[in-house]
Amino acid sequence: MKLSKYLLALVCPVILLSSCKKNTNEVTPDAKSTFSIEFENQVNGSPLILSTATYKNAKGEDFKINVFKYYVSNIKLSKADGTTYLIPESYFLIDASKAESTNITLKDVPVGDYTKIEYTIGVDYARNFAGAQTGALDPINGMFWTWNSGYIFVKLEGTSPQSPATGNTLTFHIGGVTDPNNTIRTFATEINAANPLRVRTDGKPNMHFIVNAAALFTGKTAISFSTLYFTMGGANSTIVANNYANGLFRLDHIHN
Amino acid sequence: MLLFSIALMYACSKHENEVTPEEKKITFSVPSNFPAPVYNFEDNKLTNAGFALGKKLFYDARLSADKSVSCGSCHQQFAAFTQLDHKVSHGVNNCQGKRNTPPLFNLAWQKAFFWDGGVKNIETSPLNAITDACEMGTDVPTIITFLKNTAPYPDLFKKAFGSTEINSQLILKSIAQFTAVLVSGNSKYDKVIRKEAGTSFTTLELAGYSLFKEKCTSCHAEPFFTDFSYRSNGLDLIGNDGGRSHITGMASDFGKFRVPTLRNIEYTSPYMHDGRFYSLDEVLEHYSSGVKASANLDPQLKNGIPLSDAEKEQIKAFLKTLTDNEFIKNTLYAES
Repeated sequence: MKLSKYLLALVCPVILLSSCKKNTNEVTPDAKSTFSIEFENQVNGSPLILSTATYKNAKGEDFKINVFKYYVSNIKLSKADGTTYLIPESYFLIDASKAESTNITLKDVPVGDYTKIEYTIGVDYARNFAGAQTGALDPINGMFWTWNSGYIFVKLEGTSPQSPATGNTLTFHIGGVTDPNNTIRTFATEINAANPLRVRTDGKPNMHFIVNAAALFTGKTAISFSTLYFTMGGANSTIVANNYANGLFRLDHIHN
Repeated sequence: MLLFSIALMYACSKHENEVTPEEKKITFSVPSNFPAPVYNFEDNKLTNAGFALGKKLFYDARLSADKSVSCGSCHQQFAAFTQLDHKVSHGVNNCQGKRNTPPLFNLAWQKAFFWDGGVKNIETSPLNAITDACEMGTDVPTIITFLKNTAPYPDLFKKAFGSTEINSQLILKSIAQFTAVLVSGNSKYDKVIRKEAGTSFTTLELAGYSLFKEKCTSCHAEPFFTDFSYRSNGLDLIGNDGGRSHITGMASDFGKFRVPTLRNIEYTSPYMHDGRFYSLDEVLEHYSSGVKASANLDPQLKNGIPLSDAEKEQIKAFLKTLTDNEFIKNTLYAES
């Protein structure tokens, strides 16, 4: 009995000491933390307001947006020394009609200063043909083609007076992963080294991206809704994907 | 009389004792003359409860828009899980689909599904039939709501997956536990190939097999009797169904369809993607004298496959050795 008390007295400070030591050493290589990304949906600098607001494409044609959804997946972070970290199982569906979906949280990320972020706009090849998925990839999200396996990477639906379709509708369902109409695109952006993404155990930074829905219609090919108003995969989807590959996302700032 | 009724009572009680026989373990077995499967249940552990749930979903017509059509309506076991006597699938609200229902067996060896190969995974295949306006005409959220509110489904999901959670993934995985287990590899042909005791082809069948190997196997390759490729076999394109080109978007695939398996062909009429031929005689006559030229016609069929009447009889005799009655009549797969 007496012995165990002594033992306890001996062990206690050791535990205290070791926990103290851990606190001071913040950048333990295997420490993990969290950061978040906010996707602010806009159209050419104006806030995206579904169904009511009227915007103009690069050809000066009016259009409205009723649906705007897209996948961001396989998020990869790089440090200045070139080491990278691919966030496992990072699949997110951003839906402009669901505010909570526009702010995503990345957990269990090794702490460190990251100077580059890249991700797939859409879903990687393998998951397009994989078995039944859940979460962001659940087919009930309306982003999975049942008749020709694969995900819709970016979905924009709306109207334009220029569209010859019934109801002047615009239907842009961009997807497809096989050549020559592979629409998987990777977006990458450097982060200002003076203000890198600082993932810390005591800090949960937020990255703020501007997402320009109008980027689907300009960049490499200025699209007129009188000729291109409907695509569900295929060559026209590739034209749209080539447009948005660079212009859809822009890193605006980071709150560290 | 007394004795008789005692005997009856005895029989009754005995029968009741038999209500809970030892449950037979559901297994996925690879016939020794088959290669390794594509789908191997790695991410979908096969269990009796998962199989039972999948089977119940497969046969439940309440899942469709007007509660009239189940998977089993168009995939009938006695027809090797295609729909007997229907040129094309017959869906909700008496809607006629555009293609002949494919039979369901040996799906675990398939890398692509449907006549055009548009679906790439057995697990996601049912989504097509569930959502097609001319098949089950519904959507997955509606089905999930129905299952959550309908006994005994929550219990069956719990037994199969350990939780009463019901989502699209678990629905699809359980259906795959049923459909992937459907293996047909016990036809007379299989038994002869495996040199099982007491099995041999008749002279007519053997002549048919030789002829088949000479004239048919370049597309209908053993042991599945398809090479899973997409080809145009010289049908005139009534209805203008572009087939494989709908999936690839390539003009060179217009009018091509997946080479169908010939296993259980005796029970899977009518034939072709649009069910235009009701008998094997019509099919053989097509290859013998009816092949029509088109830009994408398979080069091997340029001159058709001329067959004499005697040769046709030989081939037919061989094709009937591909019938697997043990599969057709296996009560494990029947609606219960």
